[in-house]
Amino acid sequence: MAAAEICTHRLSIVTGHYGTGKTEFAVNLALSLAAGEAQVMLADLDIVNPYFRSRERRQLLEEAGIRLVSTSQTCADADVPAIPAELLAILEDRAVRGVLDIGGDPAGARVLARFQPKIVREDYQLIYVLNANRPEVRTPETAVRYLRAIEETTGLACSALVNNTHLCGETTEAEILKGAALAGAVFRETGIPVLCHMAEERFLPGLKKLREPVFPITIRMKKPWE
Amino acid sequence: MAKELWKGNEAIAEAAIRAGCDCFFGYPITPQSEVPEYMSVHLPKAGGVFVQSESEVAAINMVYGAAGAGMRAMTSSSSPGISLKQEGITYLAASELPCVIVNVMRGGPGLGTIQPGQGDYFQATRGGGNGDYRTVVLAPSNVQETVDFVQEAFDIADQYRSPVLVLADGLIGQMMEPIEWRAVPKRQLPPKDWAASGRKGRDHTNVINSLFLNPEECDALNQRLTLKYAEIEKNEVRWDTASCEDAEVLITAYGTPARIALTALDALREEGIRAGLFRPMTLWPFPEKALRDLASESHVKVILDVEMSSTGQMLDDVRLAVGGKKPIRYLGRAGGLIPTVEEMIESAKTALKEAQ
Repeated sequence: MAAAEICTHRLSIVTGHYGTGKTEFAVNLALSLAAGEAQVMLADLDIVNPYFRSRERRQLLEEAGIRLVSTSQTCADADVPAIPAELLAILEDRAVRGVLDIGGDPAGARVLARFQPKIVREDYQLIYVLNANRPEVRTPETAVRYLRAIEETTGLACSALVNNTHLCGETTEAEILKGAALAGAVFRETGIPVLCHMAEERFLPGLKKLREPVFPITIRMKKPWE
Repeated sequence: MAKELWKGNEAIAEAAIRAGCDCFFGYPITPQSEVPEYMSVHLPKAGGVFVQSESEVAAINMVYGAAGAGMRAMTSSSSPGISLKQEGITYLAASELPCVIVNVMRGGPGLGTIQPGQGDYFQATRGGGNGDYRTVVLAPSNVQETVDFVQEAFDIADQYRSPVLVLADGLIGQMMEPIEWRAVPKRQLPPKDWAASGRKGRDHTNVINSLFLNPEECDALNQRLTLKYAEIEKNEVRWDTASCEDAEVLITAYGTPARIALTALDALREEGIRAGLFRPMTLWPFPEKALRDLASESHVKVILDVEMSSTGQMLDDVRLAVGGKKPIRYLGRAGGLIPTVEEMIESAKTALKEAQ
């Protein structure tokens, strides 16, 4: 299913525990939305990770017509917790479809707090990315604990879960289904619906039995040898 | 056991906890800050002690104190922070104290960059502190190997009463990879009857010290250390090879560049170029004999050393091992840049052409 049908809100705010694959989701979502002719902006607001941030894919994103907002280019590789002023363009210009890629955990999500009064006036969706292979969020209890802590820090309510359970190059269909079970358990606990499951094209045939849509992705955050 | 997805730095910390680390002393520095961050949350829960020290110098001296009392002690940092610890490391080596030090290297010199680097090879293998001492240097190439090495490092340190350094680079610290928790080989570890942990009915007081006013005593220490280092060289040297059986161009690399080399090998072989990889897993002791033997094989025409270093540092050890028998070329990227698969392929082709 195309991203525009899955993510129907103007602002998609991507949060989650460290290393669950938020950036992979955010970059794929922005590319998919841009393919559907929307005017897309992606904000890399990761102030907690020094590597593997969406700004590393600037060229790819800009070639797809996406405007990337991040800390200034001169500081692109620094770990300066600075928020780009251009972020306001995403929050205020209602002609723009915005994807906000947020750093992991409540610590990373803190960047959103000061923009909370602006965000709540917009058509936004706070998305919580789940990965059942990350030891600190593999049970419904711990996954919900992180989710609630992110909501508390940002002052925003989460309204969508995304299952991104993988093992890098060792991902199997069974891993994705394991994540679907975790997402289902978090839904039953919180009432927050599962927006989609992320999967590379090659897994799609095996995931037909899932009730929620599957968002087909291409791995963009590759390692230097991949 | 099912595989889990871990970030390198978190995995380093968890591995240490599983290895029975009693105390961690550290100070944040990118790209290794997740190590103390994880430790601060999880080590106290496991019954250990976490202290964020006021500086790297303080941290290594806290390690000295804890290790002297018989604790399994650890610190971690990244390049500039490891520079600050050098005095403490030579004191630890001289006092024969076991401890684990993790360096998640970034680009240098100076404050350099927060992106990955391998410019601390000399510092790690030659000793950045004063005097004649060695530290065992384990060089993992992926997150799985990193967690295995960190756990084993505590045992190696205890077995030889010596500091053990785990030398990773920023990419290994920052990346996510699937790993499984598996037991490391069991070693016969000597009792810590030398520890200054209270007299406990002994007939003598244990003293931890690296100052000798009598030169004969200091010479005796040096002789003891020399024997110990010879023992470590005999027992602990490790390396790995890939596609070396018929290799005409032999790539030498450790850590992240070795990982990249594996992809380059496949591409080179698809083009009909027989490429192989020799990967030291211990940088000291360096697998000198293994490399010499391999380089002496008639199929090896040229050696290409690849590092995230501008001048080449392991290159010196490669030269010593090869002993002038074969031509050696070098590919280096520094300042936080990583050699690409394409650069490696090109350099290997050029090196082979020049050698023929």
